[in-house]
Amino acid sequence: MASIWEYANPKKFIDTTNRVIPALWALALVCLVVGLVWGFFFTPDDYRQGSTVKIFYLHVPSALMAINGWFMMLVASLIWIIRRHHVSALAARAAAPVGMVMTIIALLTGAIWGQPMWGTYWAWDPRLTSFLILFLFYLGYIALWSAIEDDDTAADLTAVLCLVGSVFAVLSRYAVNFWNQGLHQPASLSLDAEENVADVFFLPALPSMAGFVLLFIVLVLIRTQTEIRARRMRALLARERMQS
Amino acid sequence: MIALLSRDLALAIRAGGGFGLGLAFFLIVVTLVPFGVGPQSELLSRIAPGILWLGALLACLLSLDRILALDWEDGSLDLLATAPLPMEGIVSIKALAHWLTTGLPLVLAAPVLGLLLNLPQAGFVWLTLSLALGTPALSVIGTFGAALTVGLKRGGLLMSLLVLPLYVPTLIFGAEVARRGAQGMETQTPLLMLAGISLAVIALLPFASAAVLRVNLR
Amino acid sequence: MMLDAQNLSVARGGIPILAEVSFSLAPGRALILRGPNGIGKTSLLRVVAGLQPPLAGTLTGAGDNVAYAAHADGLKTTLSVAENLTFWARVFGTDDIAPALAAYQLGPLRDRAAGQLSAGQKRRLGLARLMVTGRPIWVLDEPTVSLDRDAVAMFADAVRLHLGQGGSALIATHIDLGLDGDALDVAQFRAVPPDSDDFDEVFL
Repeated sequence: MASIWEYANPKKFIDTTNRVIPALWALALVCLVVGLVWGFFFTPDDYRQGSTVKIFYLHVPSALMAINGWFMMLVASLIWIIRRHHVSALAARAAAPVGMVMTIIALLTGAIWGQPMWGTYWAWDPRLTSFLILFLFYLGYIALWSAIEDDDTAADLTAVLCLVGSVFAVLSRYAVNFWNQGLHQPASLSLDAEENVADVFFLPALPSMAGFVLLFIVLVLIRTQTEIRARRMRALLARERMQS
Repeated sequence: MIALLSRDLALAIRAGGGFGLGLAFFLIVVTLVPFGVGPQSELLSRIAPGILWLGALLACLLSLDRILALDWEDGSLDLLATAPLPMEGIVSIKALAHWLTTGLPLVLAAPVLGLLLNLPQAGFVWLTLSLALGTPALSVIGTFGAALTVGLKRGGLLMSLLVLPLYVPTLIFGAEVARRGAQGMETQTPLLMLAGISLAVIALLPFASAAVLRVNLR
Repeated sequence: MMLDAQNLSVARGGIPILAEVSFSLAPGRALILRGPNGIGKTSLLRVVAGLQPPLAGTLTGAGDNVAYAAHADGLKTTLSVAENLTFWARVFGTDDIAPALAAYQLGPLRDRAAGQLSAGQKRRLGLARLMVTGRPIWVLDEPTVSLDRDAVAMFADAVRLHLGQGGSALIATHIDLGLDGDALDVAQFRAVPPDSDDFDEVFL
């Protein structure tokens, strides 16, 4: 019985991911092209928002991945703390910049969308503010990784920071909600909301969200491979120093 | 534990301890605000709770890197780690010493500085109360940041980057208590949230601080 | 209390530097660690002191029996000699600093601020700290740095007294202290890099 932890072996991880990365790339591109082209060119203009609503197909998936990216880092950090698999720590490290870029995309598209909608690029709305805070968390996490020389020390410290940060991120979310009730519409897509987006807008969102998910996975896998190779290079150099 | 606390307090009070530096910083920030936003007293009175909270937070931040860095440099931290004190106790005592030397003076000074900013009469009690409840959380969270960055040569700036986002909930609820109090509004919800955050942080975060400190010492 | 190390592996900065280190230290004995600079004596002592976990192997009898002294003395410059010692005595739950002051002839300096001491005097104060810990196993890293000949003799006497009272000492040093103890050459335990085959698993 093959265990999932076998993939915690760096060599096995690289071999396996090398096989799936091309397929994931292709799938991600197809989903993105279908979702975005469909969404941008083959949906009617909204009766209130006009064509500006179509930025939704970039904004929502990137916001989704900004949060899920942090969640993935949290899971990877927990695996590192509990099982001490180096690949897990490196995957968390690899995911941070991708998640941060997703946060930036969500903030920028939000600003572009917000200007015609609300007449302002930025408002201290709870959702916007929470994303800004999430961005700061990503920034601190990445800065801590790059500040520490020893790999295992950095992995331990950032893992604890990720854990503590997650708790505080959730806390901040509630605090910000309390602080300002806000302009932002409630989550556009949810299963239990009574009033939801019409199907004609909703359907193209599915491939574009799938595309963003796949894109995130592919980028994280490639970056994890890079981190593994960089780590091995440092290990080889250290070995050479030991032998001399 | 008591020995460690009394040593840290003695060190803070003697020359070179930086005692009172945070207080002076607080005063300067509050003095500079009217230069930045203009002297209209009704504007100042409106922003006073927020400015006082922000000033207290920054003054707290200023002295965070002294919590552990000095003991790290002279080797006491290694020796304390081998002493019969639990690491969780050491970081809690360090946070307590920081609060007594930085947070408590800020709480006591805030009403005086509130006069400078024309804080409404009703706000004084709430401002003091919210700072008294909130600044312990600032010290404990700051100790976590200090423990994360203790081994780094230029950890100060990085520590601010790590700690400030963690301060967001405390700041929001603390400033909200002070603001609502000043406007004569109901303050119970933010006050309970603030107290809850402080208690949870005091109870739980020392474990995380101790864990990262152990990693940094090895 | 018997200190016993079996097959310890020790790392520095994530890289294994010592492997299969085994030794034991009985009460009343001293063990002198020797070996060239950079071989890993300090890292080994940090493992014994419990500051750093070993990569492999077992260590028994250490933990709360160990009093550790490293290159840095952990002195607060604004506190006086007596205050520094009293602080450590209280941390370790003892209260008599007089024997420690006497052993290192610090009595006349007791009210002087530690910041005004010379390097050798600071070192003496740092070593006097060991006597107030009340712990049986002393783990010392280069204790004689910046000590003059008289002070080295004071230190050797203090160690002898400690051994006579049933304590033991693990000392990394290059000079001959004239102690009744065994020497252990750390260089023989130098870690061999692992085979390339299992290299994929653990990076190092």
